[in-house]
Amino acid sequence: MEASTRSLPTNIALLGNPNCGKTALFNLLTGSRQKVANYAGVTVERKEGTLRTAAGRNVKVLDLPGAYSFNAISNDEAMTRDVVTGHSRESLPDLLVCVTDATNLRLHLRLVLEMRRLGLPMVVVLNKMDRAEKLGISIDVAGLSRDLGVPVVRTVSVHAHGADELRAFLDLLVAPSVHVPWKAPGLEQVLATQKDVQRICQRVVTEPTIDRDPSDRIDKFLMHPVWGFVVLALVLFLTFVAVFSMGAWLSGFIEDGTALLGNFVQGHMDDGALRGLVVEGIIGGVGSVFVFLPQILILFLFILALEASGYLPRAAFLLDRPMSKAGLSGRSFIPLLSSFACAIPGIMATRTITHWRDRLTTILIAPLMACSARIPVYTLIIAALFPQEPVAGALVMVGLYTLGIVAAMTVAWVIKRKDIKGTHLLMELPAYQWPDLRSLLIGVNERAMIFIKRVGTVIMALTIIMWALASIPSPRGASMDSPIAGTLAGEMGQGLQHIFAPIGFNAEISIALVPGMAAREVVVSALGMTYAMDGSEEDVESQLRERIATEWSLGTKLSLLIWLVFAPQCLSTFVAVKRETNSWKYMWIMGGYLFGLAYLASLITYQLTNAIAG
Amino acid sequence: MKGATAIQLNELPLETWARVVEVIVPTDSVDRELVLRLVELGFVPDERVRVVAAGAPGREPLAVRLGGTTFALRRHEASFILVSPQ
Repeated sequence: MEASTRSLPTNIALLGNPNCGKTALFNLLTGSRQKVANYAGVTVERKEGTLRTAAGRNVKVLDLPGAYSFNAISNDEAMTRDVVTGHSRESLPDLLVCVTDATNLRLHLRLVLEMRRLGLPMVVVLNKMDRAEKLGISIDVAGLSRDLGVPVVRTVSVHAHGADELRAFLDLLVAPSVHVPWKAPGLEQVLATQKDVQRICQRVVTEPTIDRDPSDRIDKFLMHPVWGFVVLALVLFLTFVAVFSMGAWLSGFIEDGTALLGNFVQGHMDDGALRGLVVEGIIGGVGSVFVFLPQILILFLFILALEASGYLPRAAFLLDRPMSKAGLSGRSFIPLLSSFACAIPGIMATRTITHWRDRLTTILIAPLMACSARIPVYTLIIAALFPQEPVAGALVMVGLYTLGIVAAMTVAWVIKRKDIKGTHLLMELPAYQWPDLRSLLIGVNERAMIFIKRVGTVIMALTIIMWALASIPSPRGASMDSPIAGTLAGEMGQGLQHIFAPIGFNAEISIALVPGMAAREVVVSALGMTYAMDGSEEDVESQLRERIATEWSLGTKLSLLIWLVFAPQCLSTFVAVKRETNSWKYMWIMGGYLFGLAYLASLITYQLTNAIAG
Repeated sequence: MKGATAIQLNELPLETWARVVEVIVPTDSVDRELVLRLVELGFVPDERVRVVAAGAPGREPLAVRLGGTTFALRRHEASFILVSPQ
């Protein structure tokens, strides 16, 4: 290659097997300078960032989805293959950075050999070098480079200076890429490549017969048919205790803050419609949603940490057996667990499920997991049901969560009963490790930003609409005996009675469900507005609890609780289902069956309660 | 290749080391894709494996140690790998 045609790389791509520490390396290289979006037309996450080389140049980095092979069996793998073989709308990278796990070259080198056939300039990164050294693995870096015919650098993605060698390498000239058409290797060729990998590993890797026993002993315990479940139950219990206790504690500060703000505005604005909008509508309504940001973030922190430590894949292994009864595999566990925080990231996490029917089923049942947006409404009604009995209240809460899970498994079984044997598992259980703090913080921050954006847009708009409906007089005047009588909201509530009276919802509940259909977070503040309550959000809630306790029948309270377990009250979930399935049909199926289930279950609950309680 | 002692990986008792002797190539196209993936992941002759955990009842699924990695496999998925216990 002529030296004059060589150039400095300005556009590089990271790729490697899943679990090679690529994302942690990407986070270390780019810090907060990253953009997350989707590739054009497909639901594959596209992460791009900018890094600074040792000489201070800026280089664009594309973090390609993890792939075991270019013989793609998932959308992620297909996207990675298409980008590096020039079959996507992305421009070909100047340099491929092939990230491997130095502690597990045997598994990761095969992809490197497959990439070598592409004709692109490349560098092999031996990541997790610190762990390799600790395990006593020594790698002949010069020998590996010679055998592969490509440069090799070492990194430690969990140390601040762990990527210095790579940053320095990026200031060297690289050859221009030579496009070689790529053909999928067959079984024979893969077997031959594996022989090469075995040979290279024998030559360059010296392992002092690593003792895998400790890790295997942990596995034997954590995946034991009895002890494994005991540990899993304990882990989940502690997670939810943390969410409810620490979350509630932190929420207290936000509550105090919004109350202060509300009182301040109340005291400094002239009485009138505008003050009502700001105090009750915006500060009260948005504040009541904002208070459960800590709960969402704590749950995400736990999920991300458990996943990064390698525990969640073991939990997925444990749950594979029970979930197979419903036609799912253990792979659905992590998406469904995420759905307890919020169905949207849960639905997005189904991308790791390689088989379409399994993935679709998981998407359709994800909204049945009790997401954190249900917590405030559940709490309000349960507090009105059992004002003096926290234990009974907690049991009802557990019951509602359980009901959602049981319903989800039943629905999955109905969808998949025809091909219940056709599920697949084959999944790597990565080595245990301490979660990388930087990646955890980036992940939690990402969730926080999504939440804040949602509150600032969707929730704010709905709250204002609700406030307006409850304040603007209806042209037809008073039509019922209620605080919102004579308003547009009252008028609409009256109309909705035709649908909701059989399941025990009065006009106030019916009207609160209208904005609540778009985002269930606003149900509590909408109820506050329909009952025309004033004051800070805390006052509104205690007044509301009183009204519910005294005015709603037992049947109505139970019916609304059951309704909230099933009803598809989240516009963003609809959008996510449409996007992830690329189909309006599945979106309507999801919405339709959830609405039907909610109505039916509430009808039974209300009528049965009335029959029994009289 | 197939020795008298070769058994399917799903029959391998818990915590017994074995050596992969052969990978069965099925005729069914879905299974062929699966076997290709198993081979890509390193289930190839001469590699050492052992079952570190199994679900209950009926030993489903299996957690299989292969070199530096552990994989979760359904019994059906493991049945294409013939191993010889050591």
